[in-house]
Amino acid sequence: MHLILFILFAGICLAGAVNLLLQTHPINSALSLIVVMTSLAVLYLQLGAEFLAAAQVIVYAGAIMVLFTFVVMLLNAGREERTRGSRAAVVVGFPAVAVLLAVATTVVQHTPKLGTSTFGDTMSNQPGATNLEVLSGVLFTKLLLPFEVTSVLILVAILGSVALARFGHGEKGAGE
Amino acid sequence: MNADSIQFFQQEVPLSWYLLLSAVLFALGVVGFLIKRNLITVFMSIELMLNAVNLSFVTFAHQWHAVKGQIFVFFVMVVAAAEAAVGLAIIIAVFRARSTLAVDRIDLMKL
Amino acid sequence: MNGPLLFLPLIPLVPFLGFLVNGTLGRKLPKALVATIALAAPLLSFLIVLHAAFLVWAGSVTLPVIEQGAPVWISAGAVHIDFGSVVDPLSLVMLLIITGVGFLIHVYSVGYMAEEDGYWRFFAYLNLFLFFMTVLVQAGNILLMFVGWEGVGLASYLLVGFWFQKTSAADAGKKAFIVNRVGDFGFLIGIFLLLANFGTLTVTEIAARIAANPGMTGGVLTAISLCLLVGATGKSAQLPLYVWLPDAMEGPTPVSALIHAATMVTAGVYMIARTHFIFDRSPLALMVVAIIGAATALFAATIGLVQTDIKRVLAYSTVSQLGYMFLGCGVAAYSAAVFHLMTHAFFKALLFLAAGSVIHGLGGEQDMRKMGGLRKHMPVTFWTMTMAVLAIAGFFPFAGFFSKDAILYAAFAQGGLGTVLWFVGLVTALLTSFYMFRLWYLTFMGESRDPHAHPHESPWSMLCPLVILAVLSVCGGWIGVGRFGAFLAPAVGRHAAESGAGSLEIWLSVLAVAVAALGWFLADRLYRQRPGSAAQVAAAVPAGYNLLVHKYYVDEIYSMMFVKPLLALSKFFLEWVVDIAILGGLAWLLGGIALLGGAILQRWQSGNLRSYAAWLALGAVALLLFVLVPWTTVLAGFGLHIGMVGH
Repeated sequence: MHLILFILFAGICLAGAVNLLLQTHPINSALSLIVVMTSLAVLYLQLGAEFLAAAQVIVYAGAIMVLFTFVVMLLNAGREERTRGSRAAVVVGFPAVAVLLAVATTVVQHTPKLGTSTFGDTMSNQPGATNLEVLSGVLFTKLLLPFEVTSVLILVAILGSVALARFGHGEKGAGE
Repeated sequence: MNADSIQFFQQEVPLSWYLLLSAVLFALGVVGFLIKRNLITVFMSIELMLNAVNLSFVTFAHQWHAVKGQIFVFFVMVVAAAEAAVGLAIIIAVFRARSTLAVDRIDLMKL
Repeated sequence: MNGPLLFLPLIPLVPFLGFLVNGTLGRKLPKALVATIALAAPLLSFLIVLHAAFLVWAGSVTLPVIEQGAPVWISAGAVHIDFGSVVDPLSLVMLLIITGVGFLIHVYSVGYMAEEDGYWRFFAYLNLFLFFMTVLVQAGNILLMFVGWEGVGLASYLLVGFWFQKTSAADAGKKAFIVNRVGDFGFLIGIFLLLANFGTLTVTEIAARIAANPGMTGGVLTAISLCLLVGATGKSAQLPLYVWLPDAMEGPTPVSALIHAATMVTAGVYMIARTHFIFDRSPLALMVVAIIGAATALFAATIGLVQTDIKRVLAYSTVSQLGYMFLGCGVAAYSAAVFHLMTHAFFKALLFLAAGSVIHGLGGEQDMRKMGGLRKHMPVTFWTMTMAVLAIAGFFPFAGFFSKDAILYAAFAQGGLGTVLWFVGLVTALLTSFYMFRLWYLTFMGESRDPHAHPHESPWSMLCPLVILAVLSVCGGWIGVGRFGAFLAPAVGRHAAESGAGSLEIWLSVLAVAVAALGWFLADRLYRQRPGSAAQVAAAVPAGYNLLVHKYYVDEIYSMMFVKPLLALSKFFLEWVVDIAILGGLAWLLGGIALLGGAILQRWQSGNLRSYAAWLALGAVALLLFVLVPWTTVLAGFGLHIGMVGH
């Protein structure tokens, strides 16, 4: 079961990622990315991170990608134009990526003690404790401070984006 | 299906496969960053890179039964959300100034 | 050493203090105070030297006195050089002359330089000169002597160029210093050779080593002596390095008296006498010394015959008399040479000071053709100068007679080349007598040739030293005759021909006096009896006369052979090689590097997001590789062992 599921959804994931690169219209790329994210959510489920799978779908695919889509439609971004390329990107970048991939795979292949996944394995030793309980148990006790800080972070991000997107350069505020 | 193939398909998945997938996704994200010409698409490649890293974290959390890996993914998601909001706001501002979303055309510091 | 304190280190230090005080504060001090400080210094030094001389005469101190426990200057390996003073008969005589005559000239300068703005500067430099000169003669090792040697050259430059706003004075100062430097080069080579061959520069040690080695003659010692001789010719203005001395007359007259007559120019003679044990072992070098001395004496005397500037005549006379001293050294009659050095100091200083008195009295006139009849207006100057003229001409019983005769007799007694040189010396004596009396007649006798002159006698601050020196010029010879050689023997050795006054010596003396009288007679005939005849003689031999008036064109020859090519070469070098090639090239290179670097780096800052991303990726990958790859093992595989991995 695991293997079929893994192969299936990993395949969808890869297909979506490649499609992201191949599409010329940004809306198509956005939709491919949504596909990638949802398949990743399934993979999280397989790895026993149920809460994260849910968060992935709700936050990532449901909020962030929707935001992307909104912006694409707002700016009416059309198909990509042919512009002057960057030679450095090709000459320097591609080999770098290739090396990166090679290194990563080498490291992964030679790392000992990587076991196999157990479908839906729990995180704690306590029988019956759900993933959510374990997660929140740590999050609200030991890591409370970072948790609160992130709320401040989100607040700042809200303020920032409102300030940036409200008035453009040289434009008056609409209707103010 | 015969018994062998059923048995094959009931095997557990080696964790290294997850990590390989993560690496490939990350590499694809970098490539997308390098070759895409639309600013929004470039930003999307960044998100792809973040997701790949998330997968890696969850895999290791599974490996070592450490919930902290999952918590880190949680935080990554939060930060990615904030970053996406602010980044897109910047893109909107840039679009208003330059009227173009082509990455190659936006090469001056002053808007 | 035991015995009474001699205060030897104070002798140079007191003038140095005077220099410091006057040099730093003198500008603000009143002239009387400056003069007091400046006069106290040489007086104090002179008193210390007198005290030492008295102790020697009384027998309570035996020479040589070598200062113990002096501070060390250089101590490197086997080379040990300290600041120790040595007083032996030779340096005692020199010190007496330097401090005594120096003090008199300081007194004279108070009156002579009374109206100068740079009063304090003058006395500061004079004290500085005294300091260096005493260091020179008191030095126990040759390196310290060289310090004094260079220092007096410096003082000479400062004083000759005292009126530095005058181009000719500044040029003369430079010329003096540069020509001296050429000689000093030879001196330095000599010092290096000494150090290389003997490992020490202390005079007594070198003497001991040479004495312990009777077979050592010629060879290295000839080389050393000739190098030292080059230095001596530079400092003592002999052929071919004499050209600076006539030009140095641009300095104030007391300077000419002190430095270019009595003391500094005698440093070369002193140096040869001090290192006589080296010269004694090299007959070749001695011969060269003698020939140079005699040739210079004759050469300079011929030029002095036709000069019209009173100080120039005296300058060439100095060169000529120094030639006599070199001749004395060359025939190994060192004590005779030093004897002549002493008497020459007396009468030459007197001649210069009296000339200065004349110049001062005439308001700055130095051309003898415009003088005349001054005996009526300046009697004291006249009589003192007459004493000096008689002394230098070599008349009995004045000082110059004894010393010049000693040298001529020693030359004659040597035979062979010595007899030839004796004859040259005799002819020079004739010429000396002639031009000195010519000077005497032109300046003092007859009637004044300048209707606008209002000569007046000089103040007593200037006349006192003249009188004292005149007395010394008369009696100076009696002090030394017979006893001088014995006194100096421990320092300079005895000359075979010094023993007593044989009949040969008496006959030679009579001949010398006769020659001097002949010179007087000729001068009398040409300048008093028939006043226009000198011009007729000159007109009869125009080529010869021109040659003499232009000083054998030596200055022009030097200028053409050395000065102009050097100037052209250095101008070319500085302009093309240094300025354009090196400095310009350097600037071009630096600028080029900056521009090139900037041009390369500029391409990185393109503003292109994708290239930035590419470089980012590359950097990330590099970091990753750096962390992950075990570099020590990899490099060890290539044979490059770093750190603790490997063998």
